[in-house]
Amino acid sequence: MAPATALLHASAPVVHATSADGVFSLLWLVIALPALGAAVLMLGGRRTDKWGHWFGVGTVSVSFVLSLVLFFALLGRDSGDRQVTQHLWTWFSAGQYTVRYDLLYDPLSAVFLLLITGVGALIHLYSVGYMEHDDRRRRFFGFLNLFVASMLGLVLASDFLGLFLGWEGVGLASYLLIGFWQHKPTAAAAAKKAFVINRVGDIGLSLGSALMFVTFGSTSFAVVSANADKASDAALTAIGLLLLLAACGKSAQFPLQTWLLDAMEGPTPVSALIHAATMVTAGVYLIVRANFIFSLTENARTGVVIVGCITLLLGAIIGCAKDDIKKALAGSTMSQIGYMVLAAGLGPAGYAFAIFHLMTHGFFKANMFLGAGSVMHATNDDVNMRHYGALQKAMPITFVTFAVGYLAIIGVPPFAGFWSKDKIIESAFADNFVVGLCALIGAGITAFYMTRLMLMTFLGQKRWEPDVHPHESPRVMTIPLIGLAALSALGGFMLLNDWIVDWLSPVVGAHHEEHLAVAPFVMSLIVLAVVLIGVAVAWVLVGSRPVPRVAPSEVSVFTRAARADVYGDALNDEVVVKPGWAGIRGLTAFDRSFLDGIVEGTASAFGGMSRGFRLAQNGFVRSYALAVLSGAALLLLAVLAVNFS
Amino acid sequence: MEVAPFIVLSAILFTIGCVGVLTRRNAIVVFMCIELMLNASNLALITFSRANGNLEGQIAAFFVMVVAAAEVVVGLAIIMTIFRTRRSASVDDASLLKY
Repeated sequence: MAPATALLHASAPVVHATSADGVFSLLWLVIALPALGAAVLMLGGRRTDKWGHWFGVGTVSVSFVLSLVLFFALLGRDSGDRQVTQHLWTWFSAGQYTVRYDLLYDPLSAVFLLLITGVGALIHLYSVGYMEHDDRRRRFFGFLNLFVASMLGLVLASDFLGLFLGWEGVGLASYLLIGFWQHKPTAAAAAKKAFVINRVGDIGLSLGSALMFVTFGSTSFAVVSANADKASDAALTAIGLLLLLAACGKSAQFPLQTWLLDAMEGPTPVSALIHAATMVTAGVYLIVRANFIFSLTENARTGVVIVGCITLLLGAIIGCAKDDIKKALAGSTMSQIGYMVLAAGLGPAGYAFAIFHLMTHGFFKANMFLGAGSVMHATNDDVNMRHYGALQKAMPITFVTFAVGYLAIIGVPPFAGFWSKDKIIESAFADNFVVGLCALIGAGITAFYMTRLMLMTFLGQKRWEPDVHPHESPRVMTIPLIGLAALSALGGFMLLNDWIVDWLSPVVGAHHEEHLAVAPFVMSLIVLAVVLIGVAVAWVLVGSRPVPRVAPSEVSVFTRAARADVYGDALNDEVVVKPGWAGIRGLTAFDRSFLDGIVEGTASAFGGMSRGFRLAQNGFVRSYALAVLSGAALLLLAVLAVNFS
Repeated sequence: MEVAPFIVLSAILFTIGCVGVLTRRNAIVVFMCIELMLNASNLALITFSRANGNLEGQIAAFFVMVVAAAEVVVGLAIIMTIFRTRRSASVDDASLLKY
């Protein structure tokens, strides 16, 4: 890696956009439509109950059509001319700083626009069916639209401050949606937890932006990318690490990962939206977008790689032991985002693959979450996989679409996940053997837990609750499943002729071909072999024997750790919460005894003195007269003393 | 004109008045002692006025007399009222206004 660094300095591309004309002047509408949807649905009240959900689906769908039009318009341009900016208004100016609210449309935002609006529209459509019996469906769609609008604002911003606006909007929308069933205390707590942990990450983003203001005098991508190579190493590393902290919060990376599993308290379409299109991808987007920083600072990139490695293994281990189907999928998301962060940390060799995996993961994870929602819909919202089994006959469409997602995530060719994960593992091995090994082991564990999930849910014996009669979901829910399954199967074609790499090169720089010790196809075979081992182990441990309806309590130390989310919450408790409480108690005691002691002590001293002096007021006129006389005598003495001294 | 005898007399009268105010309990006697002190100071004022040959001291003495007359009116009325309600003219009995 080290010899390549000199090259990288030259190759971090500068953001240099032309102003929007023609069809690109419609760019603002992509954000404005879902934002309008959110405003109408949230302010319109009950009047919009009847048609609100279709309105919400409509705004996002039109946004998707617009994104498609813009995408093809961008595709028609030369690759050097694919950055378009639209000036909306001057946000604020203070002294010599002026922050403009501009949109930036380039190949990176283009693919995000397609992912967010495309997958978002399918999830909206699915929610029409999923939330049918919920009284507050209209409000739900308002929040969903807000979520999509914020995320679009995030990826279209041309400035870290504009990005921050969308970033916070995403945080707010996720809070509202995770806690949507607010009557459940667990949901309310989970929403709060997600919000608070995200705040920790936001500190990273705001401090990083502040540091950019200090270093570059601006936070716009254009200025920062043009001047990044002139900044000191220390400043770049600090900015890089702060942005990494921000990414950790939003993307649920170690050590800020614990909110993601609790976030499963939200309705299932929200989980799909968070995991596939809108929320957790923001951290990866931030790192790839700030490639002009990360390409210049090896130290920060090393931090990114380490975080990615830890999280991908941590998430995979958690996924192995969860009986809650949504939590198993959430562990899997953590792990897959870990892959993306790892790839983004590899620098120009990995940026494109991080985004590629993000896209394919968006397809198959949305697919599987919606599939899980479909299963829950059929089983009275039971999430325990030990109560499933043999659902493939009852819900054939859900089963087939879920199976496509399954094959995609474990990386079986020719499904999408194979292409993207294989590329990441190859790049990881080219960078560092240990990192590559982590990624490879992660692939094996992924195969294990996903196979376990498939076996427990769709195959094996019936273990249904007595009053459960599974049935296929309505068409409004299965159509999005079919669409997403098709994308999961075919998403790999983005790699045809290295299309995705070339497409992103104006943003992330030209790709450096890394040289592996073995031929790429041998690498692919090794990965496939590891995946097959994972599947085989799952078959032996789960598939070949009956699944107990109650989770066995006598399990290995590893299973116990995985069930407890590898002690993430316990760690937070010990490292942050308890010292925090101790500090608060200490400060309170200091405040009570010392600060209050000074103030109250002064007050009580004066109180005691006045109690003493008060006794002089005894009501006897003669004693007052004596006091007057003594005073007069004293004055006289004083005058005499002054005059005769 | 010899000043000293008049001032000594004034001082003696003032001291008697002072001691009377501090030691006597009867409100009427205390009152008379106050009058005595006022007149002692009047005597001193007039003495110095004569000795210096100007009128300011005598004018001040007239003011003191006027104030003393007004004081007698108010003071005696108060003493009368206290005596009517409490059947006592002792200043030590009227000691309710205290801590």
